[in-house]
Amino acid sequence: MATKLIPKELAKRPDRLSPGHRLCAGCGASIVVRQMLAAIDAPVVIANATGCLEVATTIYPYTAWRVPWMHNAFENAASTITGIEAAYRSLVRQGKIPEQNVKFIAFGGDGGTYDIGLQALSGAVERGHQFLYVCYNNEAYMNTGIQRSSATPLGAHTTTSPAGEVIPGKQQKRKDLTMIMAAHDIPYVAQAAPSQWRDLMQKTRKAVDCGGAAFMNVLASCNRGWRHATDETVELTQLAVDTCYWPLYEVENGQWRLTYKPKEKLPVEEWLKRQGRFRHLFRPENRHLIDELQAEVDRRWERLLRLCGET
Amino acid sequence: MAQLKGWKEIPIAGIILEAGNAVEYRTGGWRAFRPVRGEAECIHCFQCWLFCPDSSILVDAENEKMIGFDLDHCKGCGICARVCPVNEKVIRNAGTKLARDDARLCIRIVEEGRVKE
Amino acid sequence: MSRFEALTGDNAVAMAMRQVNPDVVAAYPITPQTETVEFFAEYVADGLVNTEFICVESEHSAMSACVGASAAGARVMTATSSQGLALMWEIVYIAASNRCPIVMSLVNRALSAPINIHCDHSDIMGMRDSGWIVLFSENAQEAYDNIIQAVRIGEHPDVLLPVVVCQDGFVTSHGMERVEVFDDEAVKEFVGTYKPRYPLLDIEHPKTLGALDFYDYYYEHKRQQVQAMENATGVILAVAEEFNRKFNRNYGLFETYCLDDAEVAIVVANSTAGTAKVVVDRLRGEGLKVGLLKPRVFRPFPARELVEALKHLKAIAVMDRSISFGAMNNAGPLFLELVAALALHGVRVPIADYVFGLGGRDILPREIESVYRDLLRVAESGRVERLVTYLSVRE
Ligand SMILES: Cc1ncc(C[n+]2csc(CCOP(=O)(O)OP(=O)(O)O)c2C)c(N)n1
Ligand code: SF4
Ligand code: SF4
Ligand code: SF4
Ligand SMILES: [Mg+2]
Repeated sequence: MATKLIPKELAKRPDRLSPGHRLCAGCGASIVVRQMLAAIDAPVVIANATGCLEVATTIYPYTAWRVPWMHNAFENAASTITGIEAAYRSLVRQGKIPEQNVKFIAFGGDGGTYDIGLQALSGAVERGHQFLYVCYNNEAYMNTGIQRSSATPLGAHTTTSPAGEVIPGKQQKRKDLTMIMAAHDIPYVAQAAPSQWRDLMQKTRKAVDCGGAAFMNVLASCNRGWRHATDETVELTQLAVDTCYWPLYEVENGQWRLTYKPKEKLPVEEWLKRQGRFRHLFRPENRHLIDELQAEVDRRWERLLRLCGET
Repeated sequence: MAQLKGWKEIPIAGIILEAGNAVEYRTGGWRAFRPVRGEAECIHCFQCWLFCPDSSILVDAENEKMIGFDLDHCKGCGICARVCPVNEKVIRNAGTKLARDDARLCIRIVEEGRVKE
Repeated sequence: MSRFEALTGDNAVAMAMRQVNPDVVAAYPITPQTETVEFFAEYVADGLVNTEFICVESEHSAMSACVGASAAGARVMTATSSQGLALMWEIVYIAASNRCPIVMSLVNRALSAPINIHCDHSDIMGMRDSGWIVLFSENAQEAYDNIIQAVRIGEHPDVLLPVVVCQDGFVTSHGMERVEVFDDEAVKEFVGTYKPRYPLLDIEHPKTLGALDFYDYYYEHKRQQVQAMENATGVILAVAEEFNRKFNRNYGLFETYCLDDAEVAIVVANSTAGTAKVVVDRLRGEGLKVGLLKPRVFRPFPARELVEALKHLKAIAVMDRSISFGAMNNAGPLFLELVAALALHGVRVPIADYVFGLGGRDILPREIESVYRDLLRVAESGRVERLVTYLSVRE
């Protein structure tokens, strides 16, 4: 019987990520990892792309991981985990190691997933390996000092899309990677956020039990890059959900389903104004960018509702 | 850190064999603020446990009790106080904005060095 | 316990891979290695191997998956050429540093640009500092034999390094040769089973591999790699000896041909060594004291042994099938390293470099003969007139 998704029950098993890692105070990445791993009862093996999570959890001779874990490079967490998974299937089939219902998970940041690792990810899921790829998405290259990625939203200030006198932050809108992954027609694709922890945990369970390749895009605030107080991490993630900037949904064997519908769809401004990376957008000459962002959110939300049969 | 070891004394490939030995690394020293128990009654809902990025909420799992903070590792982010439903209720009942270190809260966030327990 | 078959070099490697029966193969096609991948895919499709064959979307992913699988505890093989190796580059280093005894067949091909599918050695020379053991093969037979030995060398507990086995693109990879193929059972027995030291899939003992390693320990881990390389020489010889006992073919760090009493000699690797042997025979027929040294092990570079074998000569020519652009005199890597070895051991033999065959340019016996004739003149005068010659390039 699977452990009930009740915090008190989940807390009975030791954390799979130990304290003593060196992620910044209030980092969203470890919240995502802790919640997701707590949801899985089976043994897990993890591959981690280069990025904040990898760097800060494994500074030799220390590791915060209590499960088998491997880092290979920045762009190849997907191919690395498929190598591990293939080894597992091969060795089990040959009777060289016991079958233990191991779940294989890759964690990559948005840079390692949307950008440099997209090809490896696409190839890995197309090959149908049994694994879950998790993009913990903080919408920029945080580890190298907050540079833009293709997950960075329109108008956001990063160190490579600075809000300058002439150019007000990132000029391009973000790529919709969850949609791209859904287009791979793999057994399970989902978008999630740790503020809706039960939703995140349920999706995690579905993903690792789907019998094939699964992808989850999980919003994980970075207070350094987004510029908010360290205690606002969860709240800001939830605001992204409630503004429909970050809708929660899943695509299970081609079936689209909205898993959370905000009681009231808040204006995206509510989310933007809480973050320093958007501060310049509130200058009169940049207001049009907020409108553009709102239009993008609305358009994508409407499309999602249609796909999920909600309209 | 302990005495640095020579190349013959450590496993090859940079592999780390002591899973979770990061607990030996004390991140508590980073803290500018500290979570402290307030006056309100904890309902042991474990929301703080669920959201702490540093696994620093101490629980008695068997008896299902939240028992405190792992100050060796807690970085003082304050998330536990923000997600605590009792805090939320206290704030709602107060009707005004409460300071983070208000004594009436269930988890208070207090500046390090000013802690009186 | 063996039979003879007409095989191309690619096929011979695939045959060896089938017999080794690795747990995982991840590979991507590229001329002139492609046939190896195709043959192997057939073995998989026909159920002749237990291998999980990962048909990746790129060589970068091929090497990444190989590293993952090897770290997991599997016996792993791959194959590539030229651009494929170049794309793998980043992970090639990680494979060695993570001490993954992956075996790779490298069918040597020129590097772009301009794009060229034919043989030279610029691909392998680019990975010479990556931490892999590098073996050369003159022909399909040697490629086959080397692949089998590579498994044992790389997996030896004192080594635990990846091994790359080179053969010349098209010349060897596509040339049909008579190859002695051992019985499956005999190969299986020779390679034995792989006992990984720190398999990630040992779930009960969770390990962390690939941690961030600062100035406090990175250097120690590199020092360990040096030791593994040092250990490799002895292991390579021990494996060769066992191979010889079982399969009756003798391998060393290099092969010498009419070298003992020679006055001048050429040092050249892979298929061109075969051509050079024919030239040696002919010149010996004229009573000329010419010889040949064919390197087999390029990494670890057997400097002392090479110097010992060459020090009695009056003149040496190295034939390099690549250029180290901008290096001393724009010479080839093999030359540069051999010159350093001789100097280090205080041996002063006149030595010259002949770059040849880039991008698959033919190397003819008469050109090799011209090198020998140059050498004989140098032997007489004691003076090297031209340090580096770009053989048969048009002015
Ligand atoms: C091939 C390669 N290019 C660049 C880098 C430098 N680099 C390391 S982490 C990183 C950004 C990581 O961003 P992301 O994947 O979003 O993870 P985050 O740090 O934000 O969690 C970059 C650019 C690298 N390690 N390897
Ligand atoms: S920089 Fe951002 S993502 Fe990186 S550890 Fe700090 S808070 Fe987390
Ligand atoms: S302040 Fe932050 S780190 Fe400390 S216990 Fe609370 S949530 Fe955890
Ligand atoms: S401190 Fe608050 S969040 Fe934590 S268990 Fe008690 S009531 Fe729940
Ligand atoms: Mg990021």
